[in-house]
Amino acid sequence: MSAILELERIDVYYGRIQALRAVSLHVDEGEIVTLIGANGAGKTTTLRAISGLTPASGGQVRLRGEGVTHLQAEDIVVKGVGHAPEGRRIFSRMTVMENLALGAYIRRDGATRADLDRVFSLFPRLKERQRQLGGTLSGGEQQMLCIGRALMSRPKVLLLDEPSLGLAPLMVDTIFQVIRDINQEGTTVLLVEQNALKALGVANRGYVLETGRIVKEGTSRALMDSPDVQRAYLGI
Amino acid sequence: MSKNSARGSSKLAGVRRISGRGILAFSRERKIPYLLLGIGLIIFPIVDTYTPNVDFVGDAGRWILLALGLNIVVGYAGLLDLGYAAFFAIGSYTFAILASPQFGIHISFWLLLLVAAFVAAMFGVLLGAPTLRLRGDYLAIVTLGFGEIVPRVIRNASKFTGGVNGIVGTDQPMIPAFLGFHGYSFGLNPVPYYYLMLVIIVITILLIRNLRNSRLGRAWMAVREDEVAAAATGINTVTTKLLAFALGASFSGFAGSYYASKLFIVTPETFSFVVSVTVLLMVVLGGMGNIRGVIVGALVIYAIQAYVLVQLPGWIASATQALDIGFLNNVDISGYVQRSSILIFGVILVVIMLLRPQGLIPSAQRKVELELGTTEEAVSDLRGSA
Repeated sequence: MSAILELERIDVYYGRIQALRAVSLHVDEGEIVTLIGANGAGKTTTLRAISGLTPASGGQVRLRGEGVTHLQAEDIVVKGVGHAPEGRRIFSRMTVMENLALGAYIRRDGATRADLDRVFSLFPRLKERQRQLGGTLSGGEQQMLCIGRALMSRPKVLLLDEPSLGLAPLMVDTIFQVIRDINQEGTTVLLVEQNALKALGVANRGYVLETGRIVKEGTSRALMDSPDVQRAYLGI
Repeated sequence: MSKNSARGSSKLAGVRRISGRGILAFSRERKIPYLLLGIGLIIFPIVDTYTPNVDFVGDAGRWILLALGLNIVVGYAGLLDLGYAAFFAIGSYTFAILASPQFGIHISFWLLLLVAAFVAAMFGVLLGAPTLRLRGDYLAIVTLGFGEIVPRVIRNASKFTGGVNGIVGTDQPMIPAFLGFHGYSFGLNPVPYYYLMLVIIVITILLIRNLRNSRLGRAWMAVREDEVAAAATGINTVTTKLLAFALGASFSGFAGSYYASKLFIVTPETFSFVVSVTVLLMVVLGGMGNIRGVIVGALVIYAIQAYVLVQLPGWIASATQALDIGFLNNVDISGYVQRSSILIFGVILVVIMLLRPQGLIPSAQRKVELELGTTEEAVSDLRGSA
């Protein structure tokens, strides 16, 4: 297994506040890797640094060994990173179809039909609601649309930011099942979650982020068995 | 629900049909009214030979052009621009400097239409570049400043612009002689200007329709809805916003050339803040993001300002005369009305906005908001994005 995505000592500042301190991690091809941590630990910032929405001020982001640290967000999408951002951020005054069409914005190969079918088979609900405005969807449906939109660019690596946030338990199960399905179809996933139990349940490996630093890493099994993680994140 | 799923199954056909739309594609039931409107507009100057009327309608076209241009910036890309008159000024002066005795340069009107549009577009980028990180109120303030700076620069750069006196004696369009045709100068006759404006507007509408349905049009709307999400889907937000400013400004270049040439003169006062606000009013009141709405908005505001408010004192005077109520004869009601015309205008605006908060003809986007996904136009064309 080779690393498809690597972060090497990434620093990110918001003004004078340092949000990430030398964060290093790697995601191998075909893996699901999760990033867990408390509020404000820097999970979202890590994803934003990868996708170029919040450029890193130090360190290296590499995709298949190629440095992409200083690329613009849109170029990173072209390089094969799909980002389902925090808070879903769907285009609420556009229809489901328009949202998905925008997800395929970078595609110039004309084969978006197949991707649309794939999104609709992952999320049959979106197919039913394709003419509805994004803002009129339920929270779970909006999350589906957010993930679906990211998939439309046919990413190699999918960054998911808190996909379970604010969803009903049944919907959370649905979303996590879909994450497994997406991964099984060959998309590498980097998953940020507060629901550590669920996240470690689907992931191969995980990293624990505390106040901008990686404090622990390991296989999901090892993290779940670790007393620190159990106490802080699993509520055991 | 059954309606939805039925539509779902025919979706592929729907997508295909829309992608097959040509530039003149109107749905069948809409064709006839448009055709009648077109014929009406073409024969209007022939039927109504009183040229001031033709002139009046022709001038409405200038406002339509400005409103359509600003609609790209405000309606499509969601960038609040309070200084749009500056681009109109730049378009007008570009024409006036290159087609007047000012420097003895007399370039053809037809070429200058494009040159003025290009220069206005360049200034659009110039304004756009430093404001890329600003949104909403903050952007509005910067554009407001730009709108104030440009007329002031024009007033003070008298070497080039004639200062407060403006540039007098701008050239009129000429249709050059060819193949036995003797050539024709527009001169003072408003009728050829009317037809010229009609042609410019038709071309503008076709261009903007295509822009809206293009990849760029979708990017504008995505940036308007959520800039971060737009960037995350791979849209270059910088280029997208700059193109909105540039293309939005370019149409005011058309309007500027037309205006400068028709009026024989350009002066800096013509491009005040009021012009920017008026054009913005037309866009908002007509229906942001909707071409038809913006045109109707421009016509309504223009009609109120240039006709209703002008005629109202006269109407009132004749009404009081006709009624002949004793004490009213001694009160100068029409004088009151005349003095309070701005107040009346304000009241009309308030009433329209209260009755039609989404604009006179809301954009499909906003219409769907009310009808929940039953509008044909809201389907996007996935193939077109590829």
